[in-house]
Amino acid sequence: MNQGDLKGEHGRWRSGPYAKVCARFPERKERFEGSSGIEVKPLYTPLDVEHIDYLNDLGFPGEYPYTRGVQPTMYRGRFWTMRQYAGFATAEESNRRYKYLLEQGQTGLSVAFDLPTQIGYDSDHELSAGEVGKVGVAIDSLADMETLFDGIPLDKVSTSMTINAPASMLLAMYIAVAEKQGVSADKLNGTIQNDILKEYAARGTYIFPPKPSMRLITNIFEYCSTAVPRWNTISISGYHIREAGATAVQEVAFTLADGIAYVKAAVDAGLDVDDFAPRLSFFFNAHNDLLEEVAKFRAARRLWARIMRDRFGARDPKSMQLRFHTQTAGCTLTAQQPDNNIVRVTLQALAAVLGGTQSLHTNSRDEALALPSQDSVRIALRTQQIIAYESGVADGVDPLAGSYYIEALTDQIERAAADYIRRIDEIGGAPAAIERGFIQAEIEESAYRYQMEIESGDRTIVGLNDFQIEEARPSGLLKVDPAVGDLQCRKLAELRAERDNAAVEASLAALGRAAEGSDNLMPYILDAVRAYATLGEMCGVLRGVFGEYKPTVAY
Amino acid sequence: MGWQEIVSRALVRDIRAVSRLISIVEDRRSGFEDAYAAIYPHTGKAHVIGITGPPGSGKSTLVDKIAAEYRRRGKTVGIVAVDPTSPFTGGALLGDRLRMQRHSLDDGVFIRSMGTRGHLGGVARATSGVVDVLDAAGYDYVLIETVGVGQSEVEVASLADTVALVQVPGLGDDIQVIKAGVMEIGDVFVVNKKDRPGVERVVAEIRMALDLAGNVSGRSRAYSGHHGPTGATTGTVDATEVAPWRPPILQTMAESGEGVAEVCDTCDAHMHRLSEDGALVERRFRRARSETMQIASDLIWRGLADDRRALDAAEELAWKVARREMDPYAAGWSLRELIVN
Amino acid sequence: MDEGKKIRVLVAKPGLDGHDRGAKVVARALRDAGMEVIYTGLRQTPEQIVAAAIQEDVDVVAMSILSGAHNYLFPRVMQLLHERGVDDVLVVGGGIIPDEDIPGLKECGIAEVFTPGASTADTVKFIRENIKR
Repeated sequence: MNQGDLKGEHGRWRSGPYAKVCARFPERKERFEGSSGIEVKPLYTPLDVEHIDYLNDLGFPGEYPYTRGVQPTMYRGRFWTMRQYAGFATAEESNRRYKYLLEQGQTGLSVAFDLPTQIGYDSDHELSAGEVGKVGVAIDSLADMETLFDGIPLDKVSTSMTINAPASMLLAMYIAVAEKQGVSADKLNGTIQNDILKEYAARGTYIFPPKPSMRLITNIFEYCSTAVPRWNTISISGYHIREAGATAVQEVAFTLADGIAYVKAAVDAGLDVDDFAPRLSFFFNAHNDLLEEVAKFRAARRLWARIMRDRFGARDPKSMQLRFHTQTAGCTLTAQQPDNNIVRVTLQALAAVLGGTQSLHTNSRDEALALPSQDSVRIALRTQQIIAYESGVADGVDPLAGSYYIEALTDQIERAAADYIRRIDEIGGAPAAIERGFIQAEIEESAYRYQMEIESGDRTIVGLNDFQIEEARPSGLLKVDPAVGDLQCRKLAELRAERDNAAVEASLAALGRAAEGSDNLMPYILDAVRAYATLGEMCGVLRGVFGEYKPTVAY
Repeated sequence: MGWQEIVSRALVRDIRAVSRLISIVEDRRSGFEDAYAAIYPHTGKAHVIGITGPPGSGKSTLVDKIAAEYRRRGKTVGIVAVDPTSPFTGGALLGDRLRMQRHSLDDGVFIRSMGTRGHLGGVARATSGVVDVLDAAGYDYVLIETVGVGQSEVEVASLADTVALVQVPGLGDDIQVIKAGVMEIGDVFVVNKKDRPGVERVVAEIRMALDLAGNVSGRSRAYSGHHGPTGATTGTVDATEVAPWRPPILQTMAESGEGVAEVCDTCDAHMHRLSEDGALVERRFRRARSETMQIASDLIWRGLADDRRALDAAEELAWKVARREMDPYAAGWSLRELIVN
Repeated sequence: MDEGKKIRVLVAKPGLDGHDRGAKVVARALRDAGMEVIYTGLRQTPEQIVAAAIQEDVDVVAMSILSGAHNYLFPRVMQLLHERGVDDVLVVGGGIIPDEDIPGLKECGIAEVFTPGASTADTVKFIRENIKR
């Protein structure tokens, strides 16, 4: 049948059988739409994909534009890395949790740091009061890092560290621990998040102003390209942008706009795009709308490949491949009937896998209530294993490709995201758009709309605004012992008494001087780390030179 | 605490009393006129500086840094930061404080956020009263940050001794402010974010506009007959002839504090000049006149709104106007007759 | 003859936690309910929050914490308010707060604790019905 016949037949069906049923039994809503406001039509046909050119727009797995995946065999070769974000209280306790997870079949580590560590304060800083060890592990110096990875061979695991403003210090500590284990830096595998722009826009753990922050990031790119060549030097994160309330389209657009800013900064600093771009990685959210999410991942891959090739002139295919980690959406979890969250996480994880993720964290059912318990973390990991080993979705590459609906949606999301990126370009790029508050305002608008849809009942959240039950809130949730703060402060005092303080002073002074100049700061940071300078001391020196970021817009 | 106690405590800068007194004035709570009368004799000592400019020009950051600079010089500072009230809900998000929070533990700085509560012109109807409370409480400087939504925010000129007009390169609407006639109120021009491209163009545009306006501070020209280029003498104050104040154009990086000391110096110099040539008395007279007229008009309007007989008459007259039996001016005069008599 | 009384609310994020989606959504909802909302941004110490609450003469202080530091930071704010003699301000909290912590927080003066899933309409209603002046 040719397209002309199809158009006619489709028109007949719409105005005939379809319209007749709609007239008698109206549809549930007047307009169906996804998170980004893209209308969902009742039916997708070849007409919706007739403009798509298979070789140009989809291609083959492992080939440009990577719509179908970044590797030729995808999960037929090996599954995605199952990587549960964990870390709490002290380095000793986190070390025990990591060993447990590795025994349970987890294949990569993911370190969560507490807020003082993320913001570059030692545990005994006054702003750290009440926060030490709460949302992750407290790391004050190399000594804590040695404890954290005690007995874990760093040449055998890949480690992802959710650390941004002080990423260079934590990476330096990781390298120093490896040295002590006799593992050279070129054997290390892992990722630092190192994405400061989304901290300004959505997550809030910034330290320094944008300019010196971008310098630290490009310093890392440059240093790792030779010294730690297998390290993923940045994980450009849409996850937190989505958690802050963005839509799927906004998540793709703002993340890739941030990515563009990093690539541009590194190129402006004199780096060759193909020297660092292969080590860029991404981090996305997997939300509830299964098909929209699958299309989102595919659209992001295609759009990034085009940006890298056409805008930045990348030649190395690896520079064009959008490799990403996914975490299921914490913001979708409900405190009500928390076991339902297992099902939500399953759907979200399925979207990530069908979308071709390289690694995955599945949230635990109790995260809207407290830190996850060990049982909940195990169920979350088992969810991934069931999808991998039992569901069969991992056996073919990009199995949803060719669905009229998925392809049309992939295309629409790509175009809408590209429009946003154009608007951000007009403002002067992501850093300028953040300074003006454009990105924050767009995210907040979406967050507010989502909340109002829930409150008006237009959006149903099972167990929250419909299908409620009387229930007692669960007890016995994991709590961090408040004494952790005191313990960590005692360890710090001991460290300061025992270490060679003259060496510490000298290394910090050298770091300060280097910061005032234009040298790559990584070697100076490594020296300070090896001398057991604390994170707070190193960040303090840089705060003195760089100043601190103050948000400029409230809304 | 009764209002008398609040007033006496506010006058010695008891923070809670100052704060409560501001609320009494802002909300026009019962007794506010008495409280206001009690503080008014203590006003007139502060140097009131208005800071206005388009959205995104960095006004709040500049206010934050100006306050810090005056504190460094041992002066105390009151800040009134005005944000728009939603005309639909009556609510407001007051976000300027965000950039000034580091002063919150300093008793020498008092920051108060206000919604416009339906008032146009860049400030709230009660801003004048709030400024007076801070003045009476003994703050050396009172900084008013206007709404900054880009409309004609000229009213701050009638509240402030010195108006700093903030501009910034790269907003793409550099000319707009000049067109809108806001230029005339500037005593000091601040081009912020001077590291951005286009800064020279903004400075040149301001200079050109000032040249067109006749080289003198807009307000001196517009209102102060003595120094106006036309030589008209409508002024009410005698003054010795001094060279007219030509608004300086300063460049800053509010984020880093660069150039802020010069802004403070220039505001001080402007105040000094105002005192020297008698213009301060005249400015304050104008403020008193506009405030008095405004209050009188409010009172008349409120009297009308409370007066059943006048309201009924207004209703009836309005119907006549609507039916084209009467023109609106004739109706207005009839209503005025009724109220005045 | 109180003419213009509006409910004034300080929305604050104490501690180091940067997750302000909830705080901002609540701030907007309160504005849309006709209140004047002063937002102080991230990383506020209890001392800064109390100083701002006093200078702004607010009727309500609404704080949000998702990092688990509520048992330290909320009581500290209450203690400082008490020390400054402020007893007519309604203080509410929100965030990921386990049920078992709520009685302790209420005991120290937090009037209500809103946990995930609470609607902004409930928050507005609670404030309207419970402001102390």
